Amino acid sequence: MKYQSQKVAKPYFIAAIGLFVGQILFGLIMGLQYVVGDFLFPEIPFNVARMVHTNLLIVWLLFGFMGSTYYMVPEESKTELYSPKLAMLLFWVFLVAGALTIVGYLAVPYARLAELTGNDLLPTMGREFLEQPTITKIGIVIVALGFLFNVGMTLLRGRKTVITMVLFMGLVGLAVFFLFSFYNPHNPVLDKMFWWWVVHLWVEGVWELILGAILAFTLIKVTGVDREVIEKWLYVIIAMALITGLLGTGHHYFFIGTPEYWLWIGSVFSAMEPIPFFMMTLFAFNMVNKRRRQHPNRAAVLWALGTGVMAFLGAGVWGFLHTLAPVNYYTHGSQITAAHGHMAFYGAYVMIVLTMISYAMPMLNGREAANSNKSQVTEMWGFWLMTVSMVFITLFLTGAGILQVYLQRFSDAPLPFMIVQDKIELFYWLREFAGVVFLLGLIVYIVSFFVKGEEARLKPAEQTLVE
Amino acid sequence: MNETFTKSMARNIFFGGSLFFFLLLVGLSADTVQRLPERDNRENLTPQVALGKKVWEDNNCLGCHTLLGEGAYFAPELGNVYVRYGNSKEAIKGFITSRPVDGIPGRRSMPQFNMSEEELEAIAEFLKYMSEIDTNDWPPNVQG
Ligand code: HEM
Ligand code: HEM
Ligand SMILES: [Fe+2]
Repeated sequence: MKYQSQKVAKPYFIAAIGLFVGQILFGLIMGLQYVVGDFLFPEIPFNVARMVHTNLLIVWLLFGFMGSTYYMVPEESKTELYSPKLAMLLFWVFLVAGALTIVGYLAVPYARLAELTGNDLLPTMGREFLEQPTITKIGIVIVALGFLFNVGMTLLRGRKTVITMVLFMGLVGLAVFFLFSFYNPHNPVLDKMFWWWVVHLWVEGVWELILGAILAFTLIKVTGVDREVIEKWLYVIIAMALITGLLGTGHHYFFIGTPEYWLWIGSVFSAMEPIPFFMMTLFAFNMVNKRRRQHPNRAAVLWALGTGVMAFLGAGVWGFLHTLAPVNYYTHGSQITAAHGHMAFYGAYVMIVLTMISYAMPMLNGREAANSNKSQVTEMWGFWLMTVSMVFITLFLTGAGILQVYLQRFSDAPLPFMIVQDKIELFYWLREFAGVVFLLGLIVYIVSFFVKGEEARLKPAEQTLVE
Repeated sequence: MNETFTKSMARNIFFGGSLFFFLLLVGLSADTVQRLPERDNRENLTPQVALGKKVWEDNNCLGCHTLLGEGAYFAPELGNVYVRYGNSKEAIKGFITSRPVDGIPGRRSMPQFNMSEEELEAIAEFLKYMSEIDTNDWPPNVQG
């Protein structure tokens, strides 16, 4: 760690991991409710557990992105952060606002929460992923503005690199597209259409810039490959991401009341969306193969390679699986969607945040470059347990989805939804089992932070390469 | 990557390509908004339907159900429930009001929302509205 102010990243990372645990616990509650329908009913109805699960996911990823930014920007800019105090203030504001919102979900019925928080004044609640009360949304915007100001001021006075520029564009885009969450017209088709300007233009648009920038940064650090080479890759990847992903939005405009031309535009452009994800895989492996140094943090290298592979599988392969309009006609809103959503979010965004944490945490804890070998081995166990169980969660949901689609939508005698759900119960049990293994993996991962042992060090000759 | 392909070429493709396709997305979206009146059933968008949408959101129905295929996958699609229930708003209202407070033992249950008559009428009207949107023939059959 070269700059004192990089330290503010640490609380962000710790909060991220804490909320991640909460997310998974609520995932397991829901997974059980899928098979034991009355579990925790009526205390925690499914929809409440789901809001907690998905909103915690988004909030902890945002903590992860902000922490990563605070770690990267001073080092890239070669200057201290503009205001570490502001960064800490915003940390607490965001954490408290987030916690209060989750408590609100759990403590009172949702309709009561809507009433208490004045949803009538500016109704924005009750839409998937955007369930937060309007005042929480306003809070998010304020935190985002403060954050962008702090980072922007630092960038202005320091060295400007491609990585920080791309990162900053991604973060500004994240904030700008979030503003569409305040647009909630009475017309349901318009509402749905622009809801995707938050959700799709995030995960298949501006977040890919953030993902690319963090990946590029960690690859420079752990491989020592020339910055010029890495930056060229980064530009090509994000160019492909936006060229395919912007019109790729059309894959959500097939069946919600929007015109027929989207069947073509959405299919053609989104079918090309796997390209940037595939390039990320190539990027990660190529850079590691061409490495000019053996970084002692092998766990971080594993996470970076894992991100490349899993993002491509989850977003690229499982996305492509159902993105052509004639296929999506049958799979739209089924367990296939859930399968893809899980592997894509995990493979791309969870794993990139964990890559950054893996790389930065040893330094934030005052070590030279890496944790002890014992700690790293434990961390890698966490990596494999979580990643393999996520593959199984995805496979089981895909199995459930194929049967669901066949029985409910494709066969000659389509069956009602609830009857079909009973028939595919086995797959939901298997998913829940894989979910428990995921939780175990997460616990092992957390334990790795507390495993002591002799620190793995840079070889003296390689120290100079840490630029 | 190839030497003749330089970083500044990559950068130009990024800025040029992104800007071009973003403007195209904006243009196509504007065109879509122009054409929506032919498809989105807006002639029937009464204040009651608007209230129904509000009731839908305030109770987070989308946290269990899909609506035109978007939402959660725990409970049935409701974009076509009006049709599935034999074009009957009464049947929809009857289902909502008859949910037991403590659920059905061992089964996935829908909460009892204690809606007023006005809210019930509005949500039923909203679901009828949804079933009349031109969705390119989705869902494939009445089971949703
Ligand atoms: C990391 C990137 C991605 C993430 C995090 C992601 C996540 C998601 C999530 C959570 C949904 C469900 C949205 C809802 O609740 O309605 C979804 C839907 C969808 N995604 Fe992705 N996705 C990613 C990339 C892709 C890519 C690259 C493709 C295409 C190749 C794709 C194709 C689709 C399609 C077609 C749907 C709609 C499914 C339906 O009709 O029900 N996604 N995605
Ligand atoms: C490990 C145990 C997990 C279990 C048992 C689990 C279970 C579930 C369930 C039951 C749903 C609701 C599906 C529905 O609407 O019917 C859901 C939604 C979701 N979960 Fe998980 N989850 C787990 C882990 C994760 C992880 C690690 C992530 C992120 C990487 C994640 C991201 C999501 C997302 C994005 C959705 C919304 C999906 C959509 O709209 O298509 N979950 N999860
Ligand atoms: Fe998408």
